[in-house]
Amino acid sequence: MHADPDRPRPAVEIAGLVKRYGDKTAVDGLDLVVGRGSITAVLGPNGAGKTTTVETCEGYRRPDAGTVRVLGLDPVTQGAELRPRIGVMLQSGGVYAGARAVEMLRHTARLHADPLDVPALVERLGLGSCGRTAYRRLSGGQQQRLALAMAVVGRPELVFLDEPTAGLDPQARRATWDLVRDLRRDGVTVIVTTHHMDEAEQLADQVAIVDHGKVIATGTPDALCRGGAEDSLRFDGPAGLDLGALLKVLPDGAAVAEPTPGSYRVEAPVDPQLLATVTTWCAAAGILPERLTVQRRSLEDVFLDLTGRDLRS
Amino acid sequence: MTDQTARPLPTDRTPPAERTPRADHTPRPGAAPVPRMLLAQTAFETRMLLRNGEQLLLTVIIPSVLLVLFSAVDIVAVDGPGKRVDFLAPGLLALAVMSTAFTGQAIATGFERRYGVLKRLGASPLPRWALLTAKTGCVLVTEALQVALLSAIALALGWSPHGLATPQGALAVAALLVLGTAAFSGLGLLMAGTLRAEATLAAANLVFVLLLLAGGVIVPLSKFPAGVRRVLELLPINALSDGLRAVLQHGAGVPWGDLGILGVWSVLGLAAAARFFRWE
Repeated sequence: MHADPDRPRPAVEIAGLVKRYGDKTAVDGLDLVVGRGSITAVLGPNGAGKTTTVETCEGYRRPDAGTVRVLGLDPVTQGAELRPRIGVMLQSGGVYAGARAVEMLRHTARLHADPLDVPALVERLGLGSCGRTAYRRLSGGQQQRLALAMAVVGRPELVFLDEPTAGLDPQARRATWDLVRDLRRDGVTVIVTTHHMDEAEQLADQVAIVDHGKVIATGTPDALCRGGAEDSLRFDGPAGLDLGALLKVLPDGAAVAEPTPGSYRVEAPVDPQLLATVTTWCAAAGILPERLTVQRRSLEDVFLDLTGRDLRS
Repeated sequence: MTDQTARPLPTDRTPPAERTPRADHTPRPGAAPVPRMLLAQTAFETRMLLRNGEQLLLTVIIPSVLLVLFSAVDIVAVDGPGKRVDFLAPGLLALAVMSTAFTGQAIATGFERRYGVLKRLGASPLPRWALLTAKTGCVLVTEALQVALLSAIALALGWSPHGLATPQGALAVAALLVLGTAAFSGLGLLMAGTLRAEATLAAANLVFVLLLLAGGVIVPLSKFPAGVRRVLELLPINALSDGLRAVLQHGAGVPWGDLGILGVWSVLGLAAAARFFRWE
């Protein structure tokens, strides 16, 4: 692959980013490239360096080493040019305590040249019922949704959402995910930090797993989960089936074993086709596979493998 | 072979019909024109201030009540020619400037810092200088309302201000108000940008009460021992109340000494605020 001069640069390019606070190193040589029009989840436990990384992209922090380019610009020295083009949702706060939700959103819209329609956005995020309530009296979920609306109202090219669904109920979470997907569909690049596995799996085109201030793995959720080849399909049946015959119909690289008599394990990337192949083979052999289970590696397993720690710890 | 009846694979879990009509989010980024941002931010900050009960108590109710109370009742012996209100009105105009530019602005800005408002605005298209300009605009709008209200009350109490008939007198009053605002704004922002919000709240209120008593607002400085008075005279509140009184009560010319003191405080306060203000 070669660089195409007509092709826009990636939305975010981070190389060797280091950020220290006193003698504590928050980000320790982090590399990340985010393509335009994609959703990238920065996944990691609390204190991994997610927020520091995002806040460096937003121009709040000055890197101690390494380079950060956002939409081709240096967030520190070219911030004035960059800021109108990005949308920012902080982890908390950012709103005048006495401001009403809709009033605050309308004010944020006024700072932009060509903002989204405020009433439609209010409706969409279910903020209509709290339009005249002061920010400090809103529930945590309502405050989150207002901050999200403020991040997108200016029609940005690139949106940073720092833990956008923390503390949201399932319905509000889904509304947030829907909005994020719509943003992508309209060509907006979205970077989400999260420590929710399912959020990264459901939402992201690319996941960057961050731990101790470094990206330790990147890829699509599927590719990351496939990485360890731990996908498997298990079923019970009569002991002593002809595994060689089964293996012949399976894709290359698959393995079949009978760990205990009558209990079978097929190891291969599990997709609908694999399941159909195995059950078709069983049907042809006149076997009813019992206790058929599909085990896919989740991002949780990937994280555990990479760090030896539970993500939520 | 072509198969025109083939249905597309379901790629989306939610059928299109069940979705709400969706807005178009196609990027069209850009900052609003600077004058529009400035106007919007000034109007917004002013609305927040006028909605805040504690701020109104500080900026409107306390100066008005003090003006009426001390004009009507002979609690403190006042100085100079004319009626009691002729002494008190300039002092309470000075207090009004301090309450808005210093106390109110320090407390509001301190909590905006605490609640991440300043941080969030830092990622918006609004430049920092424009935010500070809007804050100044908000202070000036509030002061105009205070001056109008206090002047109306004072006139109703029989106030006869001198010095406004000449251009020098009117200009001197305007210069005193502007420099007083600059001096108190610098000190208020310095406090808001360096202390915790709760500390700012406590300290700004304490300073307000102390300077109300020792700032020549309702108690003439002549009541203090000479040594103490010479120190107090250098405070911005005393320079402002003394300067306003020189013009409005005594009909004197331009009070250069007081303007000079306010000028020095303005430079020191604003420079220190610019140097030490922390946005987060």
